[in-house]
Amino acid sequence: MLNVVFFARVKEQLGCAKMSLDWDDSLSTLAGLKSYLGSVNGETWVDVLSEDNLVCAVNQTVADQHQEIRDGDEVAFFPPVTGG
Amino acid sequence: MSGSIPLSAIVQNERFDVAELQQRLLGDTHEEGAIATFTGYVRKSNDSRIVNTLELEHYPGMTEKSILEILTEAADRWPLLGASVVHRVGLLQPGDPIVWVGTASSHREAAFSACEFVMDYLKTRAPFWKRELGPEGARWVDARSSDESRARRW
Repeated sequence: MLNVVFFARVKEQLGCAKMSLDWDDSLSTLAGLKSYLGSVNGETWVDVLSEDNLVCAVNQTVADQHQEIRDGDEVAFFPPVTGG
Repeated sequence: MSGSIPLSAIVQNERFDVAELQQRLLGDTHEEGAIATFTGYVRKSNDSRIVNTLELEHYPGMTEKSILEILTEAADRWPLLGASVVHRVGLLQPGDPIVWVGTASSHREAAFSACEFVMDYLKTRAPFWKRELGPEGARWVDARSSDESRARRW
C-alpha cells in the first residue's frame, strides 16, 4: 500500500487531499508514480504533476524524480512553500 | 553539539505570547549570554491587495520534522545554547503574530546569525502554505525568489 497526500494549491487543483494505492512495482520511482496517477486520473493530473515547481516528498523528506519508493511509503506532492 | 541542547518546534493555532516564549527559552538555557528573537506578523495587505484573513495550511509531521532539522543545522553552525520556533496555522487576522524564532548563545553574534538563518531556511524549507482571503476573493501566496536567494547565502 502506498499513501499519497496533496497540499495547498496542488490539492485544490486535483480536488484530492489523499489516496491509498495498492502496491505495484511500476510505482517504485516518483516518475513512475506520477505517470500512473496521470494515466488513471486524466489531463488535469498530468498537467499539475508535471509543473516545474512541484515539490515531492517521500516519507516527509523532499525527494527528486529518481527517488526510490517502497511499499508502505508516504508520498506527498505540494507547491513551493510560503510559511514564515 | 546539537544533541545536548534544547531545540523545540511547535505548530499551533493558538496565539502565542512572545514574552512567555522568551522566558521559557531563557530557563531552558540556564539564563546566560544572549537571546535573539524574531516575530513575524500577518500583513494588512500584500502586493497592494487587502488581506482580511490569512489561512495557513501545513503538512503535519513533516512541518515539525523540517523545523527541527533547520534548528539542528543552526546548532551545528553556531555555538547555540538552545533554539525554538513556534509557527501558527489555521485562520489568522492581520496584525496577528504568526511565527516566533528564538536563538540563545553565550554571545550575540551567534544568536543574531542563527536567528536569521533559521527564518531564511524556514521560509524556503518548512511545508507551510499561505492563502489570503480579501475583498477580491481567495488566492494562494506565491513563493518569492528573493526568499530562495536569501536562504542560499548561508
